[in-house]
Amino acid sequence: MTGLLSAVTISAPTVDYRQLGPVIIVLGMAVVSVLVEAFLPLKARRPTQVFLVFVALVAAFWWTVRLAGTSQLAAEGAVAVDGPGLVFQGLVLLTSIVAAFLIGERSVDPAGDAFTARASALPGTEDERQFSRKGWSQTEIWPLYLFCVGGMLLFVIANDLLMLFIALEVMSLPLYLFAGLARRRRLLSQEAAMKYFLLGAFSSAILLYGAAMLYGFAGTVEYAGIAEAMAGQAAPNGLLIAGMVLVAIGLLFKVAAVPFHQWAPDVYQGSPTPITAFMAVVVKIAAFGALFRFMYVALGGLRWDWRPMFWVIAILTMLVGAIFALTQTDMKRMLAYSSITHAGFLLIAVLATDQSGLSGAMIYLLAYAAATLGGFAVVTLVRDSGGEATHLSSWAGLGKRAPWLAAAYALFLLSFAGIPLTAGFIGKFAVFNAGIQGDAAPVVVVAAVASAIAAFFYLRVIVLMFFTDPSPDGPEVMVPSAFTGSVIGAGVVLTVLVGILPQPFIQLAEQASIFIR
Amino acid sequence: MTSFPWLTVIGAVPLVGAVVLMLLPKGAAQAAKIVALLFSLVALGLVVALALQFNPDSAETFQFTEQHEWIKSFGISYALGVDGISLVLIALSAILVPLVIIGGWNDADSARGSVKAYFAWMLVLETLMIGVFAALDVFLFYVFFEAMLVPMYFLIGRYGGAQRSYAAIKFLLYSLLGGLLMLAALIGLYVVSGRELGEGTFNFEVLTQLNIDPGTQKFLFLGFFIAFAIKAPLWPFHTWLPDAAAEAPPSSAILLIGVLDKVGTFGMLRYCLPLFPAASQYYTPVILVMCVVGILYGALLAIGQTDIKRLIAYTSLSHFGFIALGIFAMTSQAQAGSAFYMVNHGFSTAALFLVAAFLMTRRGSSLISDFGGVGRVAPLLAGFFLVAGLSSLALPGMSSFVSEFLVLVGTFERYQVAAILATLGIVLAALYILWLYQRTMTGPVIDSCRSMSDLKAREVVAVAPLFVLIIGLGVFPQVALGVINPAVERTMTSVGASDPPPTVAAPVSAEGGR
Repeated sequence: MTGLLSAVTISAPTVDYRQLGPVIIVLGMAVVSVLVEAFLPLKARRPTQVFLVFVALVAAFWWTVRLAGTSQLAAEGAVAVDGPGLVFQGLVLLTSIVAAFLIGERSVDPAGDAFTARASALPGTEDERQFSRKGWSQTEIWPLYLFCVGGMLLFVIANDLLMLFIALEVMSLPLYLFAGLARRRRLLSQEAAMKYFLLGAFSSAILLYGAAMLYGFAGTVEYAGIAEAMAGQAAPNGLLIAGMVLVAIGLLFKVAAVPFHQWAPDVYQGSPTPITAFMAVVVKIAAFGALFRFMYVALGGLRWDWRPMFWVIAILTMLVGAIFALTQTDMKRMLAYSSITHAGFLLIAVLATDQSGLSGAMIYLLAYAAATLGGFAVVTLVRDSGGEATHLSSWAGLGKRAPWLAAAYALFLLSFAGIPLTAGFIGKFAVFNAGIQGDAAPVVVVAAVASAIAAFFYLRVIVLMFFTDPSPDGPEVMVPSAFTGSVIGAGVVLTVLVGILPQPFIQLAEQASIFIR
Repeated sequence: MTSFPWLTVIGAVPLVGAVVLMLLPKGAAQAAKIVALLFSLVALGLVVALALQFNPDSAETFQFTEQHEWIKSFGISYALGVDGISLVLIALSAILVPLVIIGGWNDADSARGSVKAYFAWMLVLETLMIGVFAALDVFLFYVFFEAMLVPMYFLIGRYGGAQRSYAAIKFLLYSLLGGLLMLAALIGLYVVSGRELGEGTFNFEVLTQLNIDPGTQKFLFLGFFIAFAIKAPLWPFHTWLPDAAAEAPPSSAILLIGVLDKVGTFGMLRYCLPLFPAASQYYTPVILVMCVVGILYGALLAIGQTDIKRLIAYTSLSHFGFIALGIFAMTSQAQAGSAFYMVNHGFSTAALFLVAAFLMTRRGSSLISDFGGVGRVAPLLAGFFLVAGLSSLALPGMSSFVSEFLVLVGTFERYQVAAILATLGIVLAALYILWLYQRTMTGPVIDSCRSMSDLKAREVVAVAPLFVLIIGLGVFPQVALGVINPAVERTMTSVGASDPPPTVAAPVSAEGGR
């Protein structure tokens, strides 16, 4: 008996915690943040939480920068700390720091921040009014925020299917809650949360189902193992193809690619605007990070089978996003469709299946993040008595009333439209370049047409802001406080900087575009 | 070459002017105009200095070259330089901007946007126009090409007439669609260069050395050509032009038709032909048909217009047909004629549009039927209008005659039918110009024109230099042709085209075209 036991030596898994530093900092701080929520008095919670969140995010970012140049598997192959992983982590952290400024903003709405005072109070009841009057706020958003960001940090370095799924759940659950926490138009917000939760749960289940199939095929959940198992196959295997499609669907749901985009407009519109910005930017970055790794590392050998599928999805995503955006009358919905279109452009980078695709996507995401965060920050400032005035017509003549703010917004829109000398153009160029390098010229031509369609609705907003007269009972434009103001400022600076001097950014992206397998 | 970065400095002057304008205090409209004029005059002075140093017989293709790495990863550099063709077009831009600032002194006064922003946009536009003609990196060219849309969009959309936002959007979307197709082709070209050379580049001179497979060329050519054909515009891509020209304030409309649209024809000559010689030859028949249809269709529509601005816009459609016809006729005379035509058309349209603008502001209308007998009350205005019109219809003695003649002779050498049909355009030109003159200037003075004042000193200052240039270049075309010819010959060589042998008599050389 004893002899039998000693024959099998069980080695303890070795985990190099330094390489997981960013994830550990953020998730560890999330736990601290929960304790703060439990033990600190009501008044002290908010400042403490905001402080802790920024400390954690900045420290994690600093750690990520220190890890630069690392390229190895960690935690027994469950995660891969490599160039792309670190760049995506860095992007997630940077953008979530900026988004945290928007979430922490409480001076643009006279009633407080963008979140409901008590999520449990029924909309429109006396309870709700009382909570609001007392100036309570739902400080639980902060620990949730850290959990969400921590999940995303893990999502982009996940190197096996289980880790992918766990990270997906850690990042998704807080998002479902966030969506329902809006202070204004709460029913719309709760509806959004419900839709997002149901569809999100479905997509998670689909992803898990696919993961199970891939496990059935390869006998391992590790990406490298799947790639290896595939290399031994002569003909494509049914389990493999089905598993690939299902996992890809789960990921494409998160990036809001057509036809898995239906949730996006409703959720973007209903969620509190800072959260919409967070979802449109940070979640998209994380999802693309995971999608790239899965498609390239695990399924790179199968690219001739999945590329046609991505051709169709990319073309559909670009065209549907652009065409539906034309008919929108609500600013947030329009930005939602616009973000769908951008997901389509990014899919071109995915189907390029080479380094230029990956580095192109990084540049594109940076440009998109700068304009989107800045754009949503502007949206939070245009308000009437009912909260944000998101109907397009209320933006008429904004250029007269708040010329600088309107000019910043116009810059973001021009960047979305891909006009040269803005970051958006460089991103578009990098992605188109990857597409043509990857023999997907027809998709790029469709992308050119889709960009022209998309330009129309961006320009329409510029026309509204600058070429039409303001209506007398139009919305009020809040003076941006330091928080929102710095978000807009950062967006403008980055949009112009990447637009004019992109070389350092491109170089960084190119250096960091090799996955470890 | 000199190490002084002439082209960068010339391009930067208006941009600095635009920044200075924006820093002026609110309401300083008068000061803004003067500052704008000063900066544009400084730029003009520098361009004159540049032109005087230009050596037409230089062995180098491009002079005053500058090159700095910009985006190394994509083989993009900030490369500038001029040959004869781009030099005359830069000169055209630099001459027109101060003149339209003087001529359009009050264009922005009653508009909703601020006066200083109007002139600041105009100066930004000048920077971009100089950049687009001077760029030697195809990517840099594209950046200027697209960025030019933004100032023009705001000039039309904020300061234009009643239908301004419709016109501005139509203009921008049309151009953007073409531009994006060109972007795809541009990247395709880059990828091809990467496959052929090992490392991709956007350097124009390197790209012309490539040996691109004809099948690929056809696709890439289309991407570039459609963008240029929309920009120029050629029939049937022209529908944005009348709207944009009619709604834009006159001074912007002049820059739009006079310079911006030239970028399209310049692009065909500079980029389409040398980069894609085989495809250019392949598509020539189709393009010639487009040109001839454009010449006749534009002229016929011009005859039918009731609005002066739209009439001028349609005459331009006809003229752009001539320019493109000359480019694709692939003879040195025709191409030299086209390059010269670009400049002359800029001057004569500017003159016609400016005088027409003076006329229209006096009456507050642009409908032909609202005018009559103006010649009696404002003889100077009428006289200028006639001269500008005659320049537009290419009367011998005017510079436009030289270029139109060269284009037709050069085209006739190779494509007789096209040349003969195009000649009909001249007849129609006489019709639309003279009939316009007759209806507005002659006959009994109608009541609403009775109190019309004649040209003021400022207005004379704005148009007189144009007439000097039109007549001067008509008498001494060699000044411009001597600069243009070497550049055209190089283009011809790179396309691999040579002039057809004379069939009847010795061909008239480009120099002796008059």
